[in-house]
Amino acid sequence: MAFDANGAVLAEPQGDAVVKVRDVVKFFGQLKVLDGVSLDVKAGDMVAIIGRSGSGKSTLLRCMNGLEDIQEGKIVICGHEVGYGQSNRADLRRDVGMVFQSYNLFPHLTVQRNITLALTLVKKKSKAEAQRLAEQVLDQVGLADKMLSYPEQLSGGQQQRVAIARSLALSPQVMLFDEVTSALDPELTVEVLRVMEDLAKGGMTMILVTHEMAFAQRVANQVVFMHKGKVWEAGPTRELFSSPKTSEFAQFIGTGL
Amino acid sequence: MIQFGPAHVIYILEAVRWTVVLSLVAFAGGAVLGLLLALARVSRSILLRAFSAAYIQTVQGTPLLILLFLAYFGLSLLGYRLAPLVAAGLALTLYVGAFLGEIWRGCIQAVPRTQWEASDCLGLNRFQQYAYIILPQAIRIATPPTVGFMVQVVKNTSLASVIGFVELTRAGQIVNNSTFQPLMVFILVAALYFAICYPLSVASRALERKLNVAR
Repeated sequence: MAFDANGAVLAEPQGDAVVKVRDVVKFFGQLKVLDGVSLDVKAGDMVAIIGRSGSGKSTLLRCMNGLEDIQEGKIVICGHEVGYGQSNRADLRRDVGMVFQSYNLFPHLTVQRNITLALTLVKKKSKAEAQRLAEQVLDQVGLADKMLSYPEQLSGGQQQRVAIARSLALSPQVMLFDEVTSALDPELTVEVLRVMEDLAKGGMTMILVTHEMAFAQRVANQVVFMHKGKVWEAGPTRELFSSPKTSEFAQFIGTGL
Repeated sequence: MIQFGPAHVIYILEAVRWTVVLSLVAFAGGAVLGLLLALARVSRSILLRAFSAAYIQTVQGTPLLILLFLAYFGLSLLGYRLAPLVAAGLALTLYVGAFLGEIWRGCIQAVPRTQWEASDCLGLNRFQQYAYIILPQAIRIATPPTVGFMVQVVKNTSLASVIGFVELTRAGQIVNNSTFQPLMVFILVAALYFAICYPLSVASRALERKLNVAR
């Protein structure tokens, strides 16, 4: 990725970008929350979007998945243009998974049914196949024994791991994580981050909005720093953290400039 | 003057049956109408939303007594002479539908927006979201106020007496007209309404406790 401080693209986008965000503008009423955001994410990238509260990072992620409409610009994920009309919504959903800050498990369904529901309804898998996949993803997040529990019987960290498993079961190309550890205490955060790190090692394309700076620095290979609705600074993690180009980013990571 | 005797008591007791039947008709019809109205109120179509809102506003702003008059006397002027039970059932259905529609709309909207988002992100279409995610949760929220409203409906069936439908209240009036023992007669009538409604109230409270604990 290559951007100047205002988030304008310096280089032409790479051909193999699975996520392309171009000049996206988003208003909440009069408030401009995204002000010309562009970025590319390549397959296998783990991109951490960081920034202060209100910088527009969560909104950007939600726009990527069509949960918010955009007023200008264009977002293409896995070849599907996001937003505007419902026609390709199903294609987008097949390729993009999302995990939320508040887990959003279905409280009236068991862990197993939380996972198998979309497999049977959307992917038309047989019951046995869905069941097998549920076992597999739950095992992957270390919760194989919680199959028949209800969400309220699990800790926050466990719920979030189930939410990751639920998304993972649909084998998406890209996974979006919206501040998934913000509601958890440090102890539980660790177990969720470990699952995410495993995913990243497995080659999953991941975009996460996060406040876990140490985690972002260690695991993400690309970092995007957002400020005032713009991509203020972006690039490979090590480069960005070792030599911040803008005073805002330097201040944010606390090195001072 | 005829003495208030066992025959009168039996006559009144038998009329309980019609109060129950009318309540059930009102509730079954009102539930179907109410569900449609509630779904229309939260639909994406402005037309459906506006229509159901207008219906609910209109009916909620009209006394049930007037709805009964319209269904019985009004329709007969137009050439549809309905039997008292049918007219009362119709008026109560329209009335219960409006109120349940509004109660259930609130319950559907009380399911957190994030449940819509999460199920949307999993690829569920709108019908699947309603059927598997939203309505099952809304029903839990809706149970206590719905049972509570049933109590109101049972009591409101007494208004059907004015169009000559012989339910509990009308039976009481008839017996009173021949015995002139209003205190005895209407205490009996009141006790019978209480006997129908009290179990419902208890059930409502029990459900409320149970569902609150579960959440």
